[in-house]
Amino acid sequence: MIFSYYPGCTLKNKAQDLDRYARLSAEKLGVALEELEEWQCCGGAFSMGRDEIASKLASVRALNAAKEQGRDLVTLCSACHNVLKQANDAMANDADFSLRANNYMQLAAPYRGETQVIHYLELLRDRVGFEALKKAVVKPLTGRKIAAYYGCLLLRPSKVMGMDNPENPRIMEDFLRAIGAQPVTWAMRNECCGGYAVMEDRGLAAQKSERVMDNARDMGAEAIVTACPLCLYNLKKNTLKEGRLPVLYFTELLAEALGVKD
Amino acid sequence: MQRIGVFVCWCGSNIAATVDVSAVSEALSHEPGVVFSTNYQYMCSEAGQNLIKDAVREHKLTGVVICSCSPRMHEMTFRKAVASTGLNPYMVEIANIREQCSWIHKDKAAATEKAIILGRAAIAKVHLNAPLTAGQSPVTKRALVIGGGIAGIQTALDIADAGFEVDIVEKQPTIGGKMTQIDKTFPTLDCAACILTPKMVDCAQNEKINIFAYSEVEEVKGFVGNFHVKINKKARYVDTTKCTGCGECTEKCPMKKIPNEFNLGLDNRRAIYIPFAQAVPKVATIDPDHCNMLKNGKCGLCAKVCSAGAIDYKQKDETIEREYGAIVVATGYNPIKLDQYDEFAYSQSPDVVSSLEFERLTNAAGPTGGTLLRPSDGKHPHTLVFVQCVGSRCSQEGKGKSYCSKICCMYTAKHAMLTREKYPDTEVYVFYIDVRSPGKNYDEFYRRAVEDYGVHYVKGMVGKVTPRSDGKLMVQASDLLAGEQMHIEADMVVLAAAIEPDKSARPLATMLTASMDTNDFFTEAHAKLRPVESPTAGIFLSGACQGPKDIPDTVAQAGAAASKVIGLLCKDQLTCNPCVAHADQLMCNGCSSCEKVCPYGAITYEDKEFRMPDRTTAIRRVASVNEAVCQGCGACTVACPSGAMDLKGFSNSQIMAEVDAICKM
Repeated sequence: MIFSYYPGCTLKNKAQDLDRYARLSAEKLGVALEELEEWQCCGGAFSMGRDEIASKLASVRALNAAKEQGRDLVTLCSACHNVLKQANDAMANDADFSLRANNYMQLAAPYRGETQVIHYLELLRDRVGFEALKKAVVKPLTGRKIAAYYGCLLLRPSKVMGMDNPENPRIMEDFLRAIGAQPVTWAMRNECCGGYAVMEDRGLAAQKSERVMDNARDMGAEAIVTACPLCLYNLKKNTLKEGRLPVLYFTELLAEALGVKD
Repeated sequence: MQRIGVFVCWCGSNIAATVDVSAVSEALSHEPGVVFSTNYQYMCSEAGQNLIKDAVREHKLTGVVICSCSPRMHEMTFRKAVASTGLNPYMVEIANIREQCSWIHKDKAAATEKAIILGRAAIAKVHLNAPLTAGQSPVTKRALVIGGGIAGIQTALDIADAGFEVDIVEKQPTIGGKMTQIDKTFPTLDCAACILTPKMVDCAQNEKINIFAYSEVEEVKGFVGNFHVKINKKARYVDTTKCTGCGECTEKCPMKKIPNEFNLGLDNRRAIYIPFAQAVPKVATIDPDHCNMLKNGKCGLCAKVCSAGAIDYKQKDETIEREYGAIVVATGYNPIKLDQYDEFAYSQSPDVVSSLEFERLTNAAGPTGGTLLRPSDGKHPHTLVFVQCVGSRCSQEGKGKSYCSKICCMYTAKHAMLTREKYPDTEVYVFYIDVRSPGKNYDEFYRRAVEDYGVHYVKGMVGKVTPRSDGKLMVQASDLLAGEQMHIEADMVVLAAAIEPDKSARPLATMLTASMDTNDFFTEAHAKLRPVESPTAGIFLSGACQGPKDIPDTVAQAGAAASKVIGLLCKDQLTCNPCVAHADQLMCNGCSSCEKVCPYGAITYEDKEFRMPDRTTAIRRVASVNEAVCQGCGACTVACPSGAMDLKGFSNSQIMAEVDAICKM
């Protein structure tokens, strides 16, 4: 299995663990992730302005590059995944945006949303299969009570993301079960960490993050896993030190279970 | 050449305001064959009808064209008027210049021109009309009611009361439906069981009523007055003629951990069970999915303890075939599944319940004996939060229902009020979008909950319910009037789930060729004027299968449906629609195209002898239409490749004449 891979800029800096463990695990699972050659930053947030095209072009270039390689595009960071997925949807379904973006870029052939964008979790679920993953596990995380934290970006808008039920998801829980851990049932798993408000109103962000942390701890989790660098940052830096649970990227647990964590 | 009269109706200002009616009658008076043309304010009034009758006699008319409203509205009126003069009623044609012209146009000149064209088309058609005579078909004097809830029960009782036989087909082991699960009923707070169970017993004792419980309709054939229905009576593995309903078997059965449907899984039942004490028929049923004896031949305890010898592990499903004159659909509703609404933590905490579950938790015959206890720990709840419109009035595609479920405002007020009355130490919150309480004594009832019982009604929605490890439910909500966020530590959260038609309704509608709306509610023949009839003749609608309804509305509609059925069954003969298909057997090549598309099974084939050139004969296979079964839909006339099929009153030549008249311009 070979896929095009879009790591995104955070994974080259703050979130190097997310990237490194993902690559090590993929190799172990027989999945080749080939990084796109000239990817650019996705911009971090998908602009809601329909007439705004400049900030979306980087995503479209990445999507088109994958199309030219004839492969599905794997993403990992929740924010990148969200932006790429929404930009792809706009290229496929928003005729006006698609026309203007194509006019601007002058590609060899117009891009119309042909690339399939899949998140690393979807790669595990739909391409590798959680059953196969379970068989590949060498060090199951038996007895580890983990809270799967989705945040807001990974599942919404659900019609575009199409990954899982945004109010009652199970993909990360199923992932945790596959690597032998015990997922914790908790309500705040799909609530926003407040990340996007942190520059403007740190208090608000802290309140949001604390509520997430508090609920995970209260329901008996020993650690939280996420796919989002922004969530990880907030839960680590914007919560009270006392009672703060370890916050990890899901790929770290995956690498550990597969025995490739260095 | 026909002698045609043209009558243009003003319909008050409905037509006359947009169409120059004088210009229309003037223009049409010059059409070939037209010997009389006039206009009048209300052609459907008695004076208007007399005008038509007089003109028919005076001018010896052989055809009549009326430019008025849709034929769905007054075709019958005008046919009757014309028939009273001795002219064949099928010599009347209607040009719809209201719904298809005046109502949809603004420009008077253009609308007038269009009205003239529509009139010309009708004149062209009436030139080719031929007198038609309606046949008669007999009526089977028995009704079938599908669904044995309060709607079906009331309809059956009313039909039986008029002296006709009725069969109730109910898929559950007992009749009674949702109302058996309800504790008290708004706005009078009488106990649901106390008013329902006597009716259930009446059904069982009424010799005109035959109950097929634990049965489903498998196939429906035929047409109004003559339905042929196959009913699958599922095996109960209990001989209902022997079972006394003593309940001995249900106490001895070792399979104890089967979720009890009647209490919505809040407690357990055995593999052999009687749904509840007042079940009708009160006989045991074995659940084949959980019975050890049926699954692997080990056990047989119920047969040993049954003193009546009623247990029969070898019982098989049975198919019953019956004839009916009318069919009433009373398939009811179900609350939606709440898995799309986990922001309220329904799947995470047993203390988040649906309103129907709450009914069981407050019902004396429920799992807690009527004491309100939290499902998680059996403790008394102090703070309760009710959330309305869960899935109702939801515009999000694929998530909820766009409609208002109608009953939730009132039952939530009832729940809140009864909780406060029984447990004055509780704090009760109700979150609402709007409180909808139009109904006799309904708003007074809701006001009582607020004013006399101190229920906290908050305008706003709950955004998130977070269960805590100590069992508390953290409710985050917005108070829209105060413009504030609210955080409530609740012990229980009750969700007023939207209601949807029962899943059996869709396949049933296909069997009955009855139409449904996008939400799978059965469509009525006319939203205002024929609310209990399906557009398919002989099919009637009772209760929530037609739209969300509370008990008073359901009972009213059930009675109305019964009266329509009685009206039908009173007749010995039904007049058939003479506008049916007809096969020109000389042109038919026996290809079977028409038979394949006929939804009513009205077309059969016969081998017929035909005279051929040189005094020879040949046997050919040709189509033949059963006129009593044909509904005149016209599908066969379109499918026929040789043009042998034609619809009387709507023949291909008539329709082409209309098209030509429109295109002539």
